[in-house]
Amino acid sequence: MKLLLGVGGTDDSIEALRKTVARVERTGHALTVAIVDDPGSDRDRDAVEGIVREILAEADADAEVRHVEGDPGARLVELAESEAFDEIALGGGEKSPMGKIRIGTVQEFVLLNAHTTVSLVR
Amino acid sequence: MTRDRRYPDEPAGPFEPPPITVEDREGREIELRAHRGDPDEREALVDMYVAFDPADRAQGIPPSGESRIRSWLDAILAEECLNVLAWHDEGVVGHATLVPDRDAYELAIFVLQAYQGAGIGTQLIQALLGHGEREGVEKVWLTVERWNRRAVGLYEKIGFETCGSESFELEMALRLADAPER
Repeated sequence: MKLLLGVGGTDDSIEALRKTVARVERTGHALTVAIVDDPGSDRDRDAVEGIVREILAEADADAEVRHVEGDPGARLVELAESEAFDEIALGGGEKSPMGKIRIGTVQEFVLLNAHTTVSLVR
Repeated sequence: MTRDRRYPDEPAGPFEPPPITVEDREGREIELRAHRGDPDEREALVDMYVAFDPADRAQGIPPSGESRIRSWLDAILAEECLNVLAWHDEGVVGHATLVPDRDAYELAIFVLQAYQGAGIGTQLIQALLGHGEREGVEKVWLTVERWNRRAVGLYEKIGFETCGSESFELEMALRLADAPER
């Protein structure tokens, strides 16, 4: 089973990476981490890649890390289909000060357009 | 989150601050009071959320289970937040809150199922905004699920304007006037 995790650098996407790394350690799924430009994130690509590599190294996890340029939702869906991924995983949504879950535009696009299973990791 | 939000140019209100006693459309006497940290009041609020129907959850809140409810309330009953409770027969039947978010406040409101549709929500939000005005709050925003037309209608009636709808939820904003002399 091939799993594609999109990481844009928001806190929920970083948390999704930690949980997904733990998940593939249990299941043995093949994980690809796609670093994307999330308009909701304050971190740039280099910072995101640094965090991703650190988390993977800490867990001693085996995953491919890729930079995916362009519109993040569209490119993730395209990549999942062209390379026969079984599932796209994304962050579970940011929390407002009140604690309300807020789904971002990337998550919404992927949910509505992907032909694979989509997981919002919480 | 780093979203820029547009607030209406014209302030809404003024709104009457609590305490206020109103009669709802079912003839029940409802008392609206600011909550200032009293522990018994807090327990009554926990009871309301323990009894809350999960079907009326909005974007994950209120959480279910007493321990999650308590830790959520720890955050929104903190000193810098503004809270108004609706009381009937010694129990809390509604709760509205303003939680600080940089230069603005996020608003949310919950009314116990048996008390919905009786006009309490409108009165409770107005009382909260009156409380906010009194405490110097200028900008208020909220999110609401797009399909929740009843809530959107209520917020519009009070003066909220839609300022973002790029996702499943709608974002609405309101500006408060300077507190009137009383």
